[in-house]
Amino acid sequence: MRNGETISIGSIPSLSFNEFRHEVLSDLQPGGRLATIFSLPLPNGRHRLVVVSLDGKEGVLRPCSTEISQRYPSLTADSPQFHLFERELAEQWGLHPVNHPWLKPVRFHPPYAPVPTIFSEDGAVPIPGRMPFFQVHGEEIHEVAVGPVHAGIIEPGHFRFQCHGEKVLHLEISLGYQHRGIERRLTGGPDRRTIHYMETAAGDTTVGHATAHCELVESLAGVEAPLRAQALRAVALELERLANHTGDLGALAGDVGFLPTASYCGRLRGDFLNLTALLCGNRFGRGLVIPGGTGFDVDAAIVSELMDRLNRTLADVKNAVDLLWSTPSVMGRFEDTGTLTRDHARRLGLVGVAARACGLERDVRFECPSGLFRFAHIPVSTYSSGDVFARAHVRWLEIERSARFIREQLQSLPEGPVQVPLTPFKSNTLAVSLIEGWRGEICHSAMTDDQGRFARYKIVDPSFHNWTGLALAMRNQQISDFPLCNKSFNLSYCGHDL
Amino acid sequence: MNPSSLLCLLAAWTLSPLLLGIINRTKAVFAGRRGSPLLQPYHDLLKLFRKDLVISRTTTWVFVAGPLAGCAILGMSTFLIPFGGSPSILRFSGDMILFAYLLGLARFMTVLAALDTGSSFEGMGASREVQFSALAEPTLFLALAGLTLSTGELSLSGLFSANSTLHRGGMAVPLALIAVALFILFLAENARIPVDDPNTHLELTMIHEVMVLDHSGPLLGLIQYGAALKLWVLGAILWNTLWPFSTGHNGADAGIALVGMMGLAVGVGVVESVMARLRLLRVPALLTGAGALALISLIFIARL
Repeated sequence: MRNGETISIGSIPSLSFNEFRHEVLSDLQPGGRLATIFSLPLPNGRHRLVVVSLDGKEGVLRPCSTEISQRYPSLTADSPQFHLFERELAEQWGLHPVNHPWLKPVRFHPPYAPVPTIFSEDGAVPIPGRMPFFQVHGEEIHEVAVGPVHAGIIEPGHFRFQCHGEKVLHLEISLGYQHRGIERRLTGGPDRRTIHYMETAAGDTTVGHATAHCELVESLAGVEAPLRAQALRAVALELERLANHTGDLGALAGDVGFLPTASYCGRLRGDFLNLTALLCGNRFGRGLVIPGGTGFDVDAAIVSELMDRLNRTLADVKNAVDLLWSTPSVMGRFEDTGTLTRDHARRLGLVGVAARACGLERDVRFECPSGLFRFAHIPVSTYSSGDVFARAHVRWLEIERSARFIREQLQSLPEGPVQVPLTPFKSNTLAVSLIEGWRGEICHSAMTDDQGRFARYKIVDPSFHNWTGLALAMRNQQISDFPLCNKSFNLSYCGHDL
Repeated sequence: MNPSSLLCLLAAWTLSPLLLGIINRTKAVFAGRRGSPLLQPYHDLLKLFRKDLVISRTTTWVFVAGPLAGCAILGMSTFLIPFGGSPSILRFSGDMILFAYLLGLARFMTVLAALDTGSSFEGMGASREVQFSALAEPTLFLALAGLTLSTGELSLSGLFSANSTLHRGGMAVPLALIAVALFILFLAENARIPVDDPNTHLELTMIHEVMVLDHSGPLLGLIQYGAALKLWVLGAILWNTLWPFSTGHNGADAGIALVGMMGLAVGVGVVESVMARLRLLRVPALLTGAGALALISLIFIARL
């Protein structure tokens, strides 16, 4: 199936576990990656495990399913991409992946079904952060615990470092403090609240998540948003990318103590957010993307104002960022810090900026485009060194290319309405929708029941794939470089915790 | 007692927080912001002294003694510093050794208080502080040795007095080298960029700030006031080296020195604005580099 298409549940290949294992692993072999995994309880007490893998070269999604019981052989040893997904399933449904190398809770919530949690003997659900951490022993080893309460105004997460002096031997990240139960709340939906849950799945990716959701429900309804609405969504998505990438470059400068770029980019991020506000009255794009189209239309005056302000802001960003590249002390900090190899990135299934900075051409806008990106292309921005500099540089390339894209789209906005009414959803259908948000690939997938309501709605934020990448990038690095590495990934806590 | 010496001592006590205000203002200008008022550090200190104390149950009396002793010791060091041609109140042959070790003692007290909390952050900061100061201390001694060798004076006041031979001909190059070494030392000892970042909130990257994370209220105020005093005394040593001249008029000399100190603060602000922090691994290289400069100038002077 292609991005944004649906498939009836009956036509998802349903295989025996061994065939399933073989099929899924061969899908991942040539550089494929896991888009999403979820499971649904069956009336017979067993579970239907659905895996959707993405083949970027062909631009196709390959769904595959099998029936499993409470215990099933873990696939993590075959491919580390399964690691977090299997932990998630274990937490949600009490499904025990046998021989999973590191089976621990992900979000520390009680199981969805009335089954005992597998993480404690007495059935009590562990509280966030209460789990055995990987430990290194030795006379000169010390352990540093950071968070969940941090010094900056950021989200909560716990980081446990095993250090030898200043060198980090191992970092383990424990999240789950932001778990709100969004996916669970969507079962039986959609309702009037659904779009608002989507907009706040990760607050800085409002347009990304809302677009992924809207394309999903439109495909389930069998309608397509008007072309003008698709163009506005694409513009808003790229504006979101501009704002966040600019903010990230400023924050990277701030973390190495380089003031000018930090201050300028902080302000310019706001200028980009204000452009989104020009579209819909909200700086984060709330209310802009709605099922069936967009909530707001633009007129010629707004378009020319947008163009004008975009050009001015972009020129300022260029100045601020050039200062970054031309300051040796900054480059000295960025280069060779937090390096992740291309091979590691591929095996972990990284997505988004972090993957592209390792030289992987992973960009949903290019691999399996949906919406307007089917007609208008943005070159994939990659860099090969995999360090903090690469992640910063890819961001700058994307700023330039997204700005060009926005300009082109605004000059040739299609005419017509911006909304179509939705029709009732297809029943017993699987729909998957992928969007390249600013952080990376956002995957929304849903299975409908007999009435066409959501039987299971699954969100995979790019952060879910990438947190492990951050932990690996810190190996053998200086612990004092952690904040810089962390910022260069800039992953979402609530997007992971949902 | 010389009344101008007393005035200079009072200036150190009252004007030192102003230097922090000037640094912050300079940085703000570079960043395109208006910045906080010049007198903000005074308001911050007053605020801290009016606050309550929160003391962790895991700490002992050392935790409280650290900032008290640290501030008192740094206050003591101001008695040894000549300023604007006026000799210091306390002066004796070899007082420079006492000065260096007062700085060391103050640091020792801060480190002890940090270790007393048992926090892994503070332990990490303490280890960094001690490592870097072990590299910074020789620089101070080499620089002072160079100055002593050229003048034959063994007290700070003698070194920088109007009739010292510091500004005789041929001293320009070694003095400049010593000044560069002292400037690096000045930045490192005062936890400024490129060695440390006083503005960061990222505990894992901090050196000095992370050691005082658990202190609050008046104790934190003492620490910050102590830091301002340290900025002043090291700045005064640096300025005296940079400007070994005298107009022969006490008031004018003091005025020039005050302007010079403010100039130094602006210089620190500029450095902090145009460069990023060094990677922590590179800091020892910078500090040994400063030591090497001081050593070269010492050799220069010895051969002169």
